[in-house]
Amino acid sequence: MQAVAARPGAKRRMSRTERREAIEGFVSISPWVLGFIIFTLAPLLASLYLSFTEYEVVKTPVFVGLANYRRMFFGDRLFWISLKVTATYVFVSIPLGIAIAFAVALLMNQKVKLLGFFRTAFYMPSLVPVVGAAILWIWIFNPEFGLLNTFLANFGIKGPPWLAHSKWALPALIIMSLWGAGSGMLIYLAGLQGIPTDLYEAAEVDGAGAWQRFWRVTVPQMTPVLFYNLIMSIIGSFQVFTAGYIMTGGGPRYATYFYVLYLYQNAFHYFRMGYAAALAWVLALIILFFTILVFRSSSAWVYYEGQLRGRR
Amino acid sequence: MVTRSAIAPRLTERREIPFLQRRSVRATLHKLLVYPLLLVGTFMMLLPLAWLLSSSLKASGLIFVVPPQWIPNPIVWENYTKVWTMIPFALYTRNTLFITVVAIIGGVSSASICAFGFARLRFPGRDLLFLILLSTMMIPEHVTLIPQYILFRIVGWLDTYLPLTVPTFFGGGAGAIFLLRQFFMNLPLELDDAARIDGCTSFGIFARILLPQARPALGVLAIFSFMGNWNGFFLPLIYLNSPEKYTLSLGINMFKGTQFSAWNLLMAASTMTAIPCIVLYFIAQRYFIQGIVFTGIKG
Repeated sequence: MQAVAARPGAKRRMSRTERREAIEGFVSISPWVLGFIIFTLAPLLASLYLSFTEYEVVKTPVFVGLANYRRMFFGDRLFWISLKVTATYVFVSIPLGIAIAFAVALLMNQKVKLLGFFRTAFYMPSLVPVVGAAILWIWIFNPEFGLLNTFLANFGIKGPPWLAHSKWALPALIIMSLWGAGSGMLIYLAGLQGIPTDLYEAAEVDGAGAWQRFWRVTVPQMTPVLFYNLIMSIIGSFQVFTAGYIMTGGGPRYATYFYVLYLYQNAFHYFRMGYAAALAWVLALIILFFTILVFRSSSAWVYYEGQLRGRR
Repeated sequence: MVTRSAIAPRLTERREIPFLQRRSVRATLHKLLVYPLLLVGTFMMLLPLAWLLSSSLKASGLIFVVPPQWIPNPIVWENYTKVWTMIPFALYTRNTLFITVVAIIGGVSSASICAFGFARLRFPGRDLLFLILLSTMMIPEHVTLIPQYILFRIVGWLDTYLPLTVPTFFGGGAGAIFLLRQFFMNLPLELDDAARIDGCTSFGIFARILLPQARPALGVLAIFSFMGNWNGFFLPLIYLNSPEKYTLSLGINMFKGTQFSAWNLLMAASTMTAIPCIVLYFIAQRYFIQGIVFTGIKG
């Protein structure tokens, strides 16, 4: 807001119509500005402050300095467990999800007949509401009567107890997350369809085979889309909550104890609001760290139109 | 995608040359590879849905039969009616619908006004504010969650629908404003100029000229807002305590807690929550795909 107030008058006086337009401009965006201050900026600062306090809602916050953070890093086993569980989920489900969605999009981009049918079929699972999907998958993962293990039994494989076993519960939730690869597929398909055909023609004239065309045309052209999706997936996946909350309650033996689940329990079961705020800030910084990492790396692998320094 | 097609100026007689395909032999081989892979994928995606539907129509004894019976005999449609009497399904639906409708109205109306300002009016600091708006998309919601909760507690809004609806009237989310701004920016500026010469005010231009043109974008927004609120779990979980105020998500989760082996009923309930979304998809497929593509590619 300060920057806004500082700007006018810097260069030249505004004409009357310009001033009127500026006022109208401020009025029109005022809902967002107010919302930003009330629901984002102020809470952001408040939660930063709360993270240095002990606050149990009914009493006033007591300033405790870095105690929350110290406890988190040095005295809280569950913090580390939840972080490890979440990181495993993020770094397995994102690459798998992107690979599957991208591969399917490539297949669908081969001028297939019945494209509409395939597209709808792949997207359909993403239409099932989260809670419904979670309950469906508990049933699918049922060790004795579930779809997955009765299906595996056809091949003589005795399936694991999935959600009931600490080794299989997290892989089960990752498998479930891949069921929702349809929306990524739609995005990549649209990206593939938008690659200018003359690029392929030029490559072919230059004698590039199919494999080379894929690596030298398709992939570079798709990197901006992949880049954007990678960022959004990182932000989203670190905040995974519902599957763990509904399907496993974080168990068995903390095998699916996601970070946000831990945060939620601190805040709304134990009412340790100060500690939960500190957890939230650490999560935000972790997400920020990975976002910046991807941004920094982007100059090495993301291709932008009009960029002279091409990939060799 | 609009920008991309503008970059490709000429479409020669030979259209896109797909990956892998060159000679007719290759084309056949390639078809032998593409279709089976796609069919296997489709099968794996749809099988859980078939399982959902099949389980929801089984008699309670038949759900625990191995190997499973895909087409249940008898087909028990009563599972669906039973859900309505065992839990206040109608009440949950009404609650969810109320929240969803108010949130759509709040989000779409306020996002369109804000987007208009960002796209069509000049004022100092506009671009900086827009940058801030974009960066808020990166903030995980949990960082602001606790102070928001405390705020709503202080004003006495806990266990009401206000925390779930009122914030939508403040811009409807950064993504929504961004989507509409891009749309408004693509409309010709001559429209505004002509209207101004005719004595139209800025808000007249917005309401009478731009908004009617923006119907497709507003449709995309409304659909996404519907899906988001119909699906919402975390926020209702935090803000709603009384069972009679529960949304479908919360109600079904509670139902799961009490009926942990009545899989046929649980599947019927899950199917029913999915039906509005699936129907909406088939009615407005084009908007769905445009919206997903937009949110995934950002212009």
